[in-house]
Amino acid sequence: MLTILFDGIAYGMVLFVLACGLSVTMGLMNFVNLAHGAFAMLGGYITVLLMQKLGVPFLLTLPLAFIGAALIGVILERILYRPMYGKSHLDQVMFTIGIVFMAVAGADYLMGSSQQIIKLPSWLQGRFDIGGVGVGRYRLFVLVVCGVLAFSLQWGFTKTRFGSRLRASVDDARVARGLGIPVNRLFALTFALGSGLAGLGGALGIELMGLDPSFPLKFMIYFLVVVTVGGTSTITGPFFAAMLLGVADVAGKYFVPEIGAFIIYVLMVVLLIVRPDGLFAKGRA
Amino acid sequence: MSHLQDRVRASLQASRRWHIAEIVFWLIALGSFWAFPRHLLLMNEIAILALFALSLDLILGFAGIVSLGHAAFLGLGAYAAGLLAKNGMGDPVLGLVFAMVVSGFAGLLSSPLIVKGNDLTRLMVTLGVVLILHEIANSWASLTGGADGLQGITINPVLGLFAFDLFGKTAYLYSLSVLFVLFLVARRMMNSPFGLSLRAIRDNQLRAAASGVPPSQRLALAYTIAAAYAGAAGALLAQTSQFVSLDVLDFHRSADVMLVLIIGGPGYLYGGMIGAVVFKFLQDTIAAFTPQYWMFWIGLFLVLFVLRGRSLIHGGVKLFMTRLPWLSGRGRS
Repeated sequence: MLTILFDGIAYGMVLFVLACGLSVTMGLMNFVNLAHGAFAMLGGYITVLLMQKLGVPFLLTLPLAFIGAALIGVILERILYRPMYGKSHLDQVMFTIGIVFMAVAGADYLMGSSQQIIKLPSWLQGRFDIGGVGVGRYRLFVLVVCGVLAFSLQWGFTKTRFGSRLRASVDDARVARGLGIPVNRLFALTFALGSGLAGLGGALGIELMGLDPSFPLKFMIYFLVVVTVGGTSTITGPFFAAMLLGVADVAGKYFVPEIGAFIIYVLMVVLLIVRPDGLFAKGRA
Repeated sequence: MSHLQDRVRASLQASRRWHIAEIVFWLIALGSFWAFPRHLLLMNEIAILALFALSLDLILGFAGIVSLGHAAFLGLGAYAAGLLAKNGMGDPVLGLVFAMVVSGFAGLLSSPLIVKGNDLTRLMVTLGVVLILHEIANSWASLTGGADGLQGITINPVLGLFAFDLFGKTAYLYSLSVLFVLFLVARRMMNSPFGLSLRAIRDNQLRAAASGVPPSQRLALAYTIAAAYAGAAGALLAQTSQFVSLDVLDFHRSADVMLVLIIGGPGYLYGGMIGAVVFKFLQDTIAAFTPQYWMFWIGLFLVLFVLRGRSLIHGGVKLFMTRLPWLSGRGRS
């Protein structure tokens, strides 16, 4: 029982790392980026390639996945995404779906359509018991890494100058710009950070979620749920949304495998009916 | 006040009048039956896709609802018509009506979620609904045949007179007739005060509400009608191919139809049909040399189209219209 809770939390943690960048970029530029999963997939494939072809140790590939995805994120933001900010949501949706399709077909072409498998270092394999609760070593590792990340993100978001500028821009980009905050540069930076985190999440998630070319499509709904349910103005909102989703998904698939896949959708519908503006929405005029 | 009413009425009546270009369009569609007898199956697909895009146009072009899961209603209609025929009631028109009722009902059920939210929640809900249906169709194999698809559908002759044939003769005429009839209904609806109120909501919901239009009610109604239309497209798909597979609920269906509508241009009813023709020809040409990576090309096309191409194509159409003023209704005024 507790093991499932633990697995669910680890799963939710990875979801959070995957989706938190998206929630900030969406809040900041009101830009609907459905291609976020493509960056996660990129990070995953960077790890797979580095480990399989060059024999780089797993731990070292994680920062490289982050950097690789962040770099591509910055380049794409500069060239492709920037003209899209002023356009309608419909255009943004079509544009990013186009990117997703290209990424899916491209990954299929370059890497083949099969599931990728990585060999974790031996100290991350297996599980051990803590007071009768079986704890997977890798899941514990993920939990620690993502937990540290979440805390530092929360700290950076609320306590640093960068964070306060970011929050100001999310609240009202026009006024922030008027006050001399470089919103565009801030956004490029956030976009890079978000893409990098997605890449890292993708790399961490290979073992938990699998990795194949359809990854961006399969997890698109998860990202959307995390962002809509969690709201876009905080770090804690998406965090709890991701936790809820992770635990519900893992528990659902374990206890009622026949209908397990429906649990998150039901959850989503219920949450939307009860709290249409997100789980932690502030009252808005 | 009455002066304004008269003006609105006159403007609606003017837009209801048939334009010569529209008549030419439908004559070409009918004439293709004799002109291209070897491509009837492809033309049947175009007609069905056009109907599906028309249905999306009702909510996207007129009401401004962005949907990522319009295939939900296509799939539902296809399974409804397929299952009805499989269980002994193979009359195509009956199946069509049944599919429209089922899909329309599903649209009505999900409309509160659509009406409430902003664009982001709408994306999530529409995507969620189609994923749920896909999952149900996949796991309820005893009813739907699961991943193998729904097989053993036999469809009776249309109206008891015209049997379906291998070359798609009956199929094309049947699909085209359904498309035409439903188009007439949609045309009348969108050129009525109801259609006008939808456009008002799309352009400014707050202002529409302030001038006495109930946005939630109208949006829910539009969504229900569009769902029924998509159901009809699904029924045509199931009946003319006599097979339903999980593919009808796939994500790419929803994305494709969006692209189709955007190619043709949303908001004037013909966009979906023109887009369907262009899209199918594109697909046919590209599939001829790289069948496997069609997805990449459609993605590239989407990106380029949004970045540059739209103004190019639509600008070209506009230029064409101004050069030939007798073709366009606006040219005269």
